[in-house]
Amino acid sequence: MAKLPVSLTINGDEHDLLIEPRKTLLAVLRDTIGLTGTKEGCSTGDCGACTVIVDGKAVTSCMVLGVTASGKEITTIEGLASDGELHPVQQAFIETGGYQCGFCTPGFIMASKALIDENPDRTEEEFRYALGGNICRCTGYTKILEAILQAAEEVRSTS
Amino acid sequence: MKSFEFYEPTTLAEASRLFAEEHAQLLAGGTDLVIGMKALTETPQSVISLQKIPGLAGITTDGDSINIGAMTKVREVELSADILQHHTALAEGASEIGSIQIRNLATVGGNIAHASPAADTVAGLLVADAQVDIASANGERTVPINELFTGPGQTVLRSGEIITRFRLPSPASGSHYIKHKIREVMDLAFIGVAAAINIDNGTITDARIGLAAVAPTPIRATEAEDLLKGNAPTPELLEQAGEAAAAASSPISDLRCSAEHRREMVDVLTRRTLEQAAERANG
Ligand SMILES: Cc1cc2nc3c(=O)[nH]c(=O)nc-3n(C[C@@H](O)[C@@H](O)[C@H](O)COP(=O)(O)OP(=O)(O)OC[C@H]3O[C@@H](n4cnc5c(N)ncnc54)[C@H](O)[C@@H]3O)c2cc1C
Ligand code: FES
Ligand code: FES
Repeated sequence: MAKLPVSLTINGDEHDLLIEPRKTLLAVLRDTIGLTGTKEGCSTGDCGACTVIVDGKAVTSCMVLGVTASGKEITTIEGLASDGELHPVQQAFIETGGYQCGFCTPGFIMASKALIDENPDRTEEEFRYALGGNICRCTGYTKILEAILQAAEEVRSTS
Repeated sequence: MKSFEFYEPTTLAEASRLFAEEHAQLLAGGTDLVIGMKALTETPQSVISLQKIPGLAGITTDGDSINIGAMTKVREVELSADILQHHTALAEGASEIGSIQIRNLATVGGNIAHASPAADTVAGLLVADAQVDIASANGERTVPINELFTGPGQTVLRSGEIITRFRLPSPASGSHYIKHKIREVMDLAFIGVAAAINIDNGTITDARIGLAAVAPTPIRATEAEDLLKGNAPTPELLEQAGEAAAAASSPISDLRCSAEHRREMVDVLTRRTLEQAAERANG
């Protein structure tokens, strides 16, 4: 089918694009816009590597048709740092070594950011459960959890 | 994914008219449809989004009755204070779906219309006696949820018909949902059991049991419910109810477990679900 006009606000910048309805938001971000920080793992909603934040909610962008994101605010891993300063979750991943190959990391960081924005007071168990939709095949998760707990603590102490 | 025409109607009438055409499919949150289109098990020529139609999402109360719009995200159902209090089993079922990222997309209407016998909101809606409001270009009708399903992936929905909301008329004082699964998160139910009961002065005045993934469609275990009504929730009675629920099930054997195991687990899980629901009803 013909391409449709869409207007996406990505990391604060407006993009007016023509896209095919069958393109997922993930494909639009990576292939059309060139923001390749968001990763494609399974493409079936299972791994969380493609997690982005749409209107404040973490979603798997491989499950979203790009045309349906028109008019919405999208934040990707490229949009987290501000004024050259990393977001506390990004900083914590570096400090704890919460990654190895790094493929799952953008998804974990975006999912964690949304969780901490929603409620930084979660217990370790609650964070663990809430991140069940993100899969890492390298780290064994210990350092990832440390990173999230550290970032949550940081956000609690500065808010 | 095959190409398709994409429509975003802003009225139900328009959506229904488009959906009544051949090879048309509805898009709610997309978590079933997009997967299907990627796998080419769904190859619609037109996809009609319900996302731009006002009034289809949200949870409202109307006296004792709670209304859930078909386009309400399951994450919102899981977190709703009203649903948690009055229909705990439904909130618990919603919280069992996929991951938070999936629950921020998936709608209740889609979970039900897709008609998987293992859908996690279905047992909770069954024990809430949900009334399903349906609209089409030809008018509106209401179907009780226990009459909605006709087989795996099959419902009584006719061409062009769209679910608009679920009405939950009577709150239960205690309800609970157990999903039998292997992995804590992101696993489909081997079995889903919900129970809702009201207890007055030590006597069960009303009892409903909903079973998912143990028959071609989700079912109510009515014989078990009848055993409970008018009696005290003693351990012996709850055990008998579990056996009656297992007798009402007709599970299949598959890669994941045998029919015998499933039937045995319906017995055990119905008893445990009832115990928890009774504790909540008393508390
Ligand atoms: C990774 C992953 C994990 C999952 N885990 C679970 C799980 O643990 N438990 C579980 O129950 N489900 C699970 N699911 C499936 C669940 O997300 C879906 O069943 C979801 O609820 C469907 O809603 P939707 O809005 O996404 O529907 P869509 O995909 O948009 O729609 C599916 C179909 O339903 C029909 N439909 C939708 N809305 C309506 C309506 N209002 N009226 C009439 N017909 C309609 C249409 O035919 C449509 O094509 C999982 C999915 C994924 C991707
Ligand atoms: S790529 Fe989207 S969840 Fe795996
Ligand atoms: S760091 Fe390699 S997948 Fe997580």
